[in-house]
Amino acid sequence: MVSDTHSISGSVMRGRSHGDRSPIARLVILLLALGVVVTAALSLTAGAADASAYAVLRHWVFGGSAAGPLSLRDQVIIQDIRLPRILMGILVGSGLAISGAVLQGLFRNPLADPGLVGVSAGAGLGAVSIIVLGGTSLAPVVAVLGIYALPLFAFIGSLIVTLILYRVATRQGRTSIATMLLAGIALSALAMALTGVLVFVADDRQLRDLTFWQLGSLAGATWPKVAASSPIILLGIVAAPFMARGLNALALGEATAAHLGVPVQRLKHVTIVMVSAVVGACVAISGGIGFVGIVVPHLLRLFIGPDNRYLLPASALLGAIMLMAADAVSRTIVAPAELPIGIVTAAVGAPFFLWILLRRRGVIDL
Amino acid sequence: MIVANNVSVSLGRKLILDGVDFEARPGTLCAIVGPNGSGKTTLMRALSGDVAYRGRITIAGRDIEALKPWEAAAMRAVLPQHAALAFPFTVHEVVKLGLTGGRSGVSAAEQRNLPDRALARVDLDGFAGRFYQELSGGEQQRVQLARVLCQIWEPVLEGAPRYLLLDEPVSSLDIKHQIIIMDIARAFAQQGGGVIAILHDLNLTAMYADNVIVMNGGVVAASGSPSEVLTDTLMKRVFECPLRVGALPAQGGPFVLPQSISGPPA
Repeated sequence: MVSDTHSISGSVMRGRSHGDRSPIARLVILLLALGVVVTAALSLTAGAADASAYAVLRHWVFGGSAAGPLSLRDQVIIQDIRLPRILMGILVGSGLAISGAVLQGLFRNPLADPGLVGVSAGAGLGAVSIIVLGGTSLAPVVAVLGIYALPLFAFIGSLIVTLILYRVATRQGRTSIATMLLAGIALSALAMALTGVLVFVADDRQLRDLTFWQLGSLAGATWPKVAASSPIILLGIVAAPFMARGLNALALGEATAAHLGVPVQRLKHVTIVMVSAVVGACVAISGGIGFVGIVVPHLLRLFIGPDNRYLLPASALLGAIMLMAADAVSRTIVAPAELPIGIVTAAVGAPFFLWILLRRRGVIDL
Repeated sequence: MIVANNVSVSLGRKLILDGVDFEARPGTLCAIVGPNGSGKTTLMRALSGDVAYRGRITIAGRDIEALKPWEAAAMRAVLPQHAALAFPFTVHEVVKLGLTGGRSGVSAAEQRNLPDRALARVDLDGFAGRFYQELSGGEQQRVQLARVLCQIWEPVLEGAPRYLLLDEPVSSLDIKHQIIIMDIARAFAQQGGGVIAILHDLNLTAMYADNVIVMNGGVVAASGSPSEVLTDTLMKRVFECPLRVGALPAQGGPFVLPQSISGPPA
């Protein structure tokens, strides 16, 4: 064991002087994976019902009635309330974080965040259309698509915004940071205005749903929601590492990436669809949770560097941890009431965003 | 061989290249010279497949428009005039990007050390752990060249010669590193690869080039060996300034001496 740790730290040290940060990155990914398990276990046991992690585990391993200590009430709380909520936290956290990292690779700058550039607002518009009009004009769509209507419409909304954004902000393979952020503001405003129209026609019951949902929350976690969104988000997380090499090359510009053998057009199309689908699925089930996509990849780049082969999986893991942690804060800080998690992530993320702006002020002067 | 046949490029409504014919043979270093705005970089970008063109460009007999990006990447590597980098990569990580296509031509075991060897060749030993963005312009240029070298490390792969397309590879380098880089380019050609380089220094051109293409106003004004092309009259006409071309006593090659436009100093 001792020699093992030595060889790991040894290669980490050598890595630093050689400029190859992959040994550190692998170590960080390993620790983050452990972190996800630990955070999930802690979240599972934390809450109003004081079922211990041990009791839960024993119940699952030895099953049904043999597991005496776990009462029926605790079973329900853990299996039908906490577990889907934790899974949703993992899915949404990793989905938003990895989308942020991919979007930043595509736009070649670290300020691209699904929430900041309007992608989430587009997804929100799609989702709100289903929530408000699902019973009336969009009823046939809901009848055909069932639980997938919500994520699908959210996907269409975010896809449209992403496509327009890329068209506006990128000319001849170069993305203007200023144009991207300003176009993001305009597209967000437009999507929100249209969402506002829908909110205006919504009835009282829909309105309460919408307000809570717009602030962002994992409180509505149910198994059907997990089932509806998990295939899309998981597919995105599995697909992202295959884009990593191409996104790395893209850091040198589109022309150079092409010279290196990357099919740039195809890469762009795939990443835009992937980001739109994943953000759409996340927004559909959890609403407007912001800043995860910018905070997580940025923090990780400080430690493991910008190599997407490591950054993307690490982002997914840290995103899951951070959202589970933020959810724990949102559940407990004003207990027994609940603060929407979007408020927590914005309260932490917005100052963080300002800090990045301050650090990079020279680079992004308009 | 890279062959351009009657290649024209328009950007907007302006005709930048007008019917350019061009040939680069393996085993040779071909220099493209000419005044600013004469179409050198546009020609290079057409050869690299970056801009739409009329006419025909082939590499090893294959139309470059029909090549998949990864096929083209195995046949030629491109050093752009300006290289931007988006994220804080280390020098090692930038050079390793050259291995993206995986056709360097060396074994997997050797490939691990290739970034270090490439950095050593461009005289950047010990720079691997530095951040690219913290280097000087000349150092960044050499890092980019090391990356380009990694991409097609072996000048000949499975019998097929490969090509280095270099847009002003020595423009921000001191004289020592100009020589180091030009030596690398010449060695690449001598080992059977081909090199096409845009150069501004006519003396480096005379010293290193096997063939010279002189661009002027979007057309090829002249082409041939350095001693055929680098003449008083042609240089004066193309560059619109007084130049004196002489012959080096030892090798007999030409050298070019700039003259003041406003006349000799009092």
